[in-house]
Amino acid sequence: MKTNIISVNILFLGLAVLLLACGGSDKGSNGALGSSIAEKVYVAPGERDEQYAFLSGGYSGNLTVYGLPSGRMFKEIPVFSQFPTSGYGYSEETKPMLNTSFGFIPWDDLHHPDISQTNGELDGRWIFANGNNTPRIARISLSTFETEEIIEVPNSAGNHSSSFITENTEYVVAGTRFSVPVPQKDISISEYKENFKGALTFIAVDQEHGHMDIKFQILMPGFNYDLSHPGRGKSHGWFFFSTYNTEEANTLLEVNASQNDKDFIAAINWKMIEEYVNNGGGTKMATNYAHNVYDESTHSATSTMKKEVLTVNPMDVPGAIYFLPTPKSPHGCDVDPSGQYIIGAGKLSANITVHSFDKMLAAIEAKKFDGDAYGIPILNYDDILAGSVQSGGLGPLHTEFDGRGNAYTTFFISSEVVKWKLGTWEVVDRKPTFYSVGHLMIPGGNSRKPHGKYLVAMNKITKDRYLPTGPEMEHSAQIYDISGEKMELLYDFPTHGEPHYAAGANADLIVNNSKKIYRLNENNHPYGIRNPGDARIERKGNEVHIYMSTIRSHFTPDNIEGIKVGDKVYFHITNHEQDFDVPHGFAMIGQGTSELLVMPGQTKTSLWEPKRVGVWPFYCTDFCSALHQEMQGYIRVSPANSNIELSWSLDE
Amino acid sequence: MKRIFLKTISTGLIIAIVWACGNTPNQGSEITADETESSHPQGQASVVDEISDPNILQVAISSESHSTLVTAVQAAQIEHVLVNAGPLTVFAPINEAFDALPSGTVENLLRPENKGDLATILTRHAAPGSYDLDALKREATKGRKLYMATGDYLDVTVDGDNVFVSGARIVASVAASNGIIHVIEKVILP
Repeated sequence: MKTNIISVNILFLGLAVLLLACGGSDKGSNGALGSSIAEKVYVAPGERDEQYAFLSGGYSGNLTVYGLPSGRMFKEIPVFSQFPTSGYGYSEETKPMLNTSFGFIPWDDLHHPDISQTNGELDGRWIFANGNNTPRIARISLSTFETEEIIEVPNSAGNHSSSFITENTEYVVAGTRFSVPVPQKDISISEYKENFKGALTFIAVDQEHGHMDIKFQILMPGFNYDLSHPGRGKSHGWFFFSTYNTEEANTLLEVNASQNDKDFIAAINWKMIEEYVNNGGGTKMATNYAHNVYDESTHSATSTMKKEVLTVNPMDVPGAIYFLPTPKSPHGCDVDPSGQYIIGAGKLSANITVHSFDKMLAAIEAKKFDGDAYGIPILNYDDILAGSVQSGGLGPLHTEFDGRGNAYTTFFISSEVVKWKLGTWEVVDRKPTFYSVGHLMIPGGNSRKPHGKYLVAMNKITKDRYLPTGPEMEHSAQIYDISGEKMELLYDFPTHGEPHYAAGANADLIVNNSKKIYRLNENNHPYGIRNPGDARIERKGNEVHIYMSTIRSHFTPDNIEGIKVGDKVYFHITNHEQDFDVPHGFAMIGQGTSELLVMPGQTKTSLWEPKRVGVWPFYCTDFCSALHQEMQGYIRVSPANSNIELSWSLDE
Repeated sequence: MKRIFLKTISTGLIIAIVWACGNTPNQGSEITADETESSHPQGQASVVDEISDPNILQVAISSESHSTLVTAVQAAQIEHVLVNAGPLTVFAPINEAFDALPSGTVENLLRPENKGDLATILTRHAAPGSYDLDALKREATKGRKLYMATGDYLDVTVDGDNVFVSGARIVASVAASNGIIHVIEKVILP
């Protein structure tokens, strides 16, 4: 009898456990299998995603394009790095894109993509991104998904609090992470204090073409400028930069830059400085930086060295810059959709600090200052504080918004995303990330009008999330559904490079502007040919220019003789297709560069310097058609002193 | 005995619960076949693209004098072939060419049960590769025969300014994004 009672108890206990497990789809252990979560990320074959996500590639130097909610990767856009897949940075037309004052730099560390805005809302024209290492800002077309422009940022080093834009894309802003001597000079590192400056650069954006031009640089005290965001709505006209190392340490920063209880968010009234500059203010400083522009009509980039930059000393524009004390080495510096709250995520703090824009203005009006730093007034922390989120998490980094009054902050150390309410500062929900989340992205999440359905958490540590691939794992990202009160983890996908940041938008903002082909009759490439009948070869000394055509499924010409060892042979390939998604490739044996991938209607050029006598083949690298494998040609290379005439043909 | 009975019940319950658990995701999400889906998938022919140059199928559809050919292509369900990356050279008989066939031929071929025969006849009008008029003339002067998608080889002949394929005169040529169309005056039959 006794044993029976025990059995019954065990039975009920077992049932309870099973029922709990069954109902517990929210508990994560069953994950996608335990509920209908899988359906939320399932995009059926032939269907399309709802949103685009543009993830920074970090040390890949490139930008990757994903779909949400599927997590499918659509494209890698080369920005700061040579990219053999397309020939970017290898082709003669695109080499100038990577020119800098340091010469040709084939790589950078791409950090913070930001989509252009009009009236504080995403407009889908361009996406900007910063190169962190050799300071540069790039503009990428969201029509061609190609990098169209790169401007170097002088007097900057570790271009980190970039490339965020003002709410009508008036400016793209680039702040230095490392303060440096401005201008550069040969001094002892120990002379850091007083001598090193932090340049915050405002780059004006031409609204018609998007072309960038440095309007002015503010030479700030020698702190580290970490991240930044524009004011919006009521705070439009201001820009906010988080700082750390207000200690101005130049060694062992992990200790020496963590001494101060509070660092600053720098609040900059850029409209006031713009007016000052427009009225002739500022000091022109000799410098040297590259401005590289790609022209869609000539399919070619040009690089221009600029020699001067307009600098602004904060002391010369009183009332334009204030410091907001913010604990403790703040990383994220985010502004809510209304423009009222400036959120500083002190990465060594447990709490999130929220400053009030209204209170800031009132304190400035009342001239209630708590001293100054290098002449820049410091406001009282308590005067400007809107609230503090007692999150219970550790290591807050970055906050975005859903447009429904909620904010979402990543916590690196406690490895979670915390949802909290603007105004009441109460924590509503928290979900773990896998693992150690850096940044997060809600499409439109840093604009007046977030497209707040999904949240993507970008994690720094992957460990056991995927099948192992040796010591190096791609970073993991997780998608959460944030449409309800509680966040719901939907999906987990690997990313490429190291996504530091991301931008996203509803697909309908971008889809209809996506270019399908380049028009041949608009091709103004100097070596382009509009008709295969114009294919020819011209020799100028030891330079040989081959005006070559590709169309399914042959090159014109495909038999070439009269090339000599020591020649510099330029293949100018025009793709005569006018059909979406039909590129042709070009590769030449022994060529010391990458292939070319030439889009319909486009011309690209590859340089080949033949070193050996013989007959050498070239071929199309893209499976273009049923007769792709037949798409090839031969070049006869003769000795340097040969008398063989230049000749070319196709099926003669 | 009782104990065994209890065990049986508990095992049964556990199975039932696990079963219910396992079935949960399927509730309300039954995958049903799309009933409106045609039994005749068009593949790439369903791609909407008004920017690229028109492909062979689009050119044919836009030509009033090829309405019979287009009807036949649709009946044979080979649209996707004519929008494929190709490249293809298509010899496109005008409506009068079909009218000139013995009475009832076209109607007969359009019957569903003759779909295969119709497809073969039409495919015999398509050559892999992109042959413009100059390329066809080279076929004639070099004594090359034109290899058709059915595996047949056709003669190309030149008479003055006229080019003939298997005796059918080319009266016009239209470039398409995925190849070329040569308009011919008669249907090429084996």
